[in-house]
Amino acid sequence: MFDKSSEAMGRKELAALQGERLAKLVETLYKKVPFYKKKMDSAGVGPKDVRKIEDITKLPLTTKDEMREVYPYGLLAVDKKEIVEIHTSTGTTGKPVVDAYTRADVDLWGEVMARTLGMGDTTRDDTVHNAYGYGLFTGGLGVHYGAQKIGAIVLPISGGNTKRQLMMLKDFGGTVLTCTPSYSLLLAEIGREEKYDFSQLKLRVGLFGAEFWSEGMRKEIEEKLSLKALDIYGLTEIIGPGVASECLEQNGLHIFEDVFYPEIIDPETGKRLPAGEKGELVVTTLTKEGTPVLRYRTRDITHFLTGQCACGRTHVRMHRLLGRTDDMLIIRGVNVFPSQIENVLMKIEGVEPQYQILVDRKGALDSVEVRVEMNETIFSDEMKNLAKMEKDIESALYSTLNIHTVVKLVEPKSIPRSEGKAKRVVDKRSL
Amino acid sequence: MNIKQIAVFLENKKGRLAEVTRALASAGVNIRALSLAETTDFGILRLIVNDPDQALASLKTSGFVAQVTDVIAIEVEDKPGGLARILEVCNKNDINIEYMYAFVEKRVSNAIVIFKIDDHEQAHRVLKENGIPIVTSDVLKNL
Repeated sequence: MFDKSSEAMGRKELAALQGERLAKLVETLYKKVPFYKKKMDSAGVGPKDVRKIEDITKLPLTTKDEMREVYPYGLLAVDKKEIVEIHTSTGTTGKPVVDAYTRADVDLWGEVMARTLGMGDTTRDDTVHNAYGYGLFTGGLGVHYGAQKIGAIVLPISGGNTKRQLMMLKDFGGTVLTCTPSYSLLLAEIGREEKYDFSQLKLRVGLFGAEFWSEGMRKEIEEKLSLKALDIYGLTEIIGPGVASECLEQNGLHIFEDVFYPEIIDPETGKRLPAGEKGELVVTTLTKEGTPVLRYRTRDITHFLTGQCACGRTHVRMHRLLGRTDDMLIIRGVNVFPSQIENVLMKIEGVEPQYQILVDRKGALDSVEVRVEMNETIFSDEMKNLAKMEKDIESALYSTLNIHTVVKLVEPKSIPRSEGKAKRVVDKRSL
Repeated sequence: MNIKQIAVFLENKKGRLAEVTRALASAGVNIRALSLAETTDFGILRLIVNDPDQALASLKTSGFVAQVTDVIAIEVEDKPGGLARILEVCNKNDINIEYMYAFVEKRVSNAIVIFKIDDHEQAHRVLKENGIPIVTSDVLKNL
């Protein structure tokens, strides 16, 4: 554990600390950020209403769209000369959201990423092979700062050039791998072609995030890369990676709630849900200075896990992400998350996590085609076996999703590989 | 007694068949018989070649999904009713034929047909009892 006093703090003490920090945050936001003052005023709440952490539900929620409207500097809570670094979301769907860090914020980021790396028992004896992209994207630098804080060696290899990555992984003896889960599989695939024996490499643990992945994919990664795979979580709007991470128990992600306060709400009504119920994750940054965020709606769907974790950390755990409110496909009126499709595929013997979902509209009807790559395990010389494989996958999908899909077996490597986030859904409908 | 067949998965895309045959040609593999089964989306190419191990290795290097399966090569009299007789024997003995295709070369005056059958042991026994000759891989190599 990197910071036992914070990560294993007593629950009572933690709640008191959260309340104290929230009160101070609300005061600052009300005074310094017109964006939040306006929101609080129209909700009829102010700093005097917030004394303890439970008061948080009185405060308004913040959406990504609202934050975009005040691009680029509308969320700043300090003088611009205090800012030392800026990251933004990708902005693929409009203007990006800006995360501006003071020196203390960069330090906080290093701290929570050191805790994240510490989830995999990373120490200064480790070498972190960091294949997250460096740049505006927060993955690369987040891991970098965390590794520096620990004093581990960090190899800032960033994404791409997979053959060179493999060579350096071997030559520098990387023990901790950080990248997207889909890129780890690409490393495994090219590694196999290039005759690397992963069981002979020094890799011990991998911290994978920035995209959705399933338990089945975890098994696959662990087998192929011969390491323990942990799920990490974060988002640019909050700080980047370092919001939550799995420990070696691999049973839910601990949220660093002394600094990032989590809630689960009903995405329809915005009302807070009782612990354990599934809904949208909302996060408040309790100590951030540059661009603090109040009750940010992440659009990620999850639920809290109850009970103590065997690792000794007291911070609440959330289930690995179940989907996103905005990833949700509405197909013939049925809500479908790509994660559900992946879960079904991974339960079928021999199917590898290389798939793509194509949604189209023929006439008035939505059609879903699920492309699954052929491999030696599921191949057969008899047509009836392959036809049966397609039918079996279709009926497994139907029993989970309640919609008909067309499964198409395709040649290996015909689905584009990604070095960053995998593109699993192609929606060709123009709605 | 069985002979080795190579099966290759092919998407129904332009040029894929040419790529398979090019890969085999580059590896110096000679195709002796082939059959293609297809749906609208994909196909299974089945091949009898002079060197199955070499063929499999070269296809895998080229990124194809391929596997070796056992089939039986049967000599069929090259005259009306030649094939019918064999199929009747199979039918009478409950031998289920998954698929079959004919060989390019002839052996003396007989044709050679490749059969994929569920139960090879039973098939061998029945064929022997009925005096239907099967062709071994050694013989095929020397055709």
